[in-house]
Amino acid sequence: MTEMPTKKPVCVVIGASHAGVNFAFALRKEGWEGEILLYDADPELPYHRPPLSKTYLSNDDGLDKNRLQAAERYNKEQIVLKLGETVVSMDGQAKHIVLADGGIQPYDKLVLATGARPFMPPIRGIDQAKNLFPLRTAADVAHIREVLRLGTSKEVVIIGGGYIGLETAASLRKLGASVTVLEREERVLARVTAPEMSAFFNDLHAAHGVKVFTSKNVVAIEPHGEANEVHCSDGTVYKADLIVVGVGIVVNKELAQQAGLTIDNGIRVDASARTSDESIFAIGDCTYHYNPHYGRYVRLESVQNAVDQAKVAAAAIAGKEPVYDTLPWFWSDQYDVKLQMVGLSQGYNQVLVRKEAENPNSFSVWYFLDEVLLAVDAVNQAKAYVLGTKLIKGGQRIDKTQLADPTVDFKLANLLSESI
Amino acid sequence: MAQITFITNDNQTITLEGTAGSVMALAVENGVSGIDGDCGGVCSCATCHVHVAPEDMHKTGPASEIETDMLELDDNANEYSRLCCQIEISGALDGIVLTVAN
Repeated sequence: MTEMPTKKPVCVVIGASHAGVNFAFALRKEGWEGEILLYDADPELPYHRPPLSKTYLSNDDGLDKNRLQAAERYNKEQIVLKLGETVVSMDGQAKHIVLADGGIQPYDKLVLATGARPFMPPIRGIDQAKNLFPLRTAADVAHIREVLRLGTSKEVVIIGGGYIGLETAASLRKLGASVTVLEREERVLARVTAPEMSAFFNDLHAAHGVKVFTSKNVVAIEPHGEANEVHCSDGTVYKADLIVVGVGIVVNKELAQQAGLTIDNGIRVDASARTSDESIFAIGDCTYHYNPHYGRYVRLESVQNAVDQAKVAAAAIAGKEPVYDTLPWFWSDQYDVKLQMVGLSQGYNQVLVRKEAENPNSFSVWYFLDEVLLAVDAVNQAKAYVLGTKLIKGGQRIDKTQLADPTVDFKLANLLSESI
Repeated sequence: MAQITFITNDNQTITLEGTAGSVMALAVENGVSGIDGDCGGVCSCATCHVHVAPEDMHKTGPASEIETDMLELDDNANEYSRLCCQIEISGALDGIVLTVAN
């Protein structure tokens, strides 16, 4: 009598970007001996997303320089890539997913790393616009570059003055395009930074020849020969051979909805990245999770969150009881300016600016809620980013006068308040 | 072309040959444990920290200002610390030994 081989457990991962890929490797490292199947509708071998709007757009350094992992590494770790395969539905009761071709794949553990897609605002004529693209995938960048390469006129309108919009503006200026940014709020980066930061980046882009217009509500896009006319509610009109839309994202939560998972401002997960179904985890941009540093639930769009939550989910599936408690951090590169951010500034009631005497392009913005440091935005000042990280984690009371005084040596010991 | 040796936390010695790009990219491509390179090599995450063998320090030169600042995030940083996304591969590195930081 032959013994039936024990069936290996299957972990299905939907989404092969930073979260999904890091999860797959982390799960192997945790000792998972079952199958790992990694699905993504994007046919490309998984790549780093942050460079898309930065060096990958401006330098065309090739996608192979921006892979998350080399192809052989997936083979070596027995991570099966299912690229170009779209998951259309799932069943949490039957524990399987359904693919676009009708195929059914059962799972023991399921990880939703579905991320988000660009939000396309309801602008009249947006569906018929010529050469209009979001910027979230390598294919988007290829389209944008192709339009610029083929066109004799290179008038670009970027709708949205957030990080994607501004990084894209900087990269397209490097490529020689004429760039106009239209921001609906009264300042760029309005939702994420203090007015001081908005003013700096507004001036930075203006100095590089970008036309930045704020309080511009785009209401219509009309064809005009081979180009478009972008109409704003104040009656102004901008010509555009190419339009890039960067006005935020929509969480890919449809599969989670089908499975009846709890959804808030994203797929709700616990400290171990587990959803309301104990066999299903969710990681990365698509999750709504508790952050112990701030005592509230947050949804984060960042590499840090994707990578760290991936490790937590892998540990949880391996039977550990991890707690996701990382302090969020972010970065942005525009021209020769390096912006590093740590913490979450929402809810601040005071802002302090620390300028370095010798370099006006090196400064940091410190966000406080009363005496509590919430976040730091550091411009060309990694030291501020590092000190901010330590101070937020340490929770010590800060001497604000010392902090704002550029003649005081920028050291941890000098920034701590002695009054406690 | 340069031969670069990594010593990982689990005491594995891995010698790789590189021709161009950053040391971090070479390490990630070959799955050197402990070198993550989460930010893709733009000196933003400090997840590619290595200690250069003291006698090899002249091959890499010292860390840049931003690198030195970022290294302060790690309590294990010392005078031989580098973020290896900031080390470009060239013949000058040949024979270098890098210990992956804890």
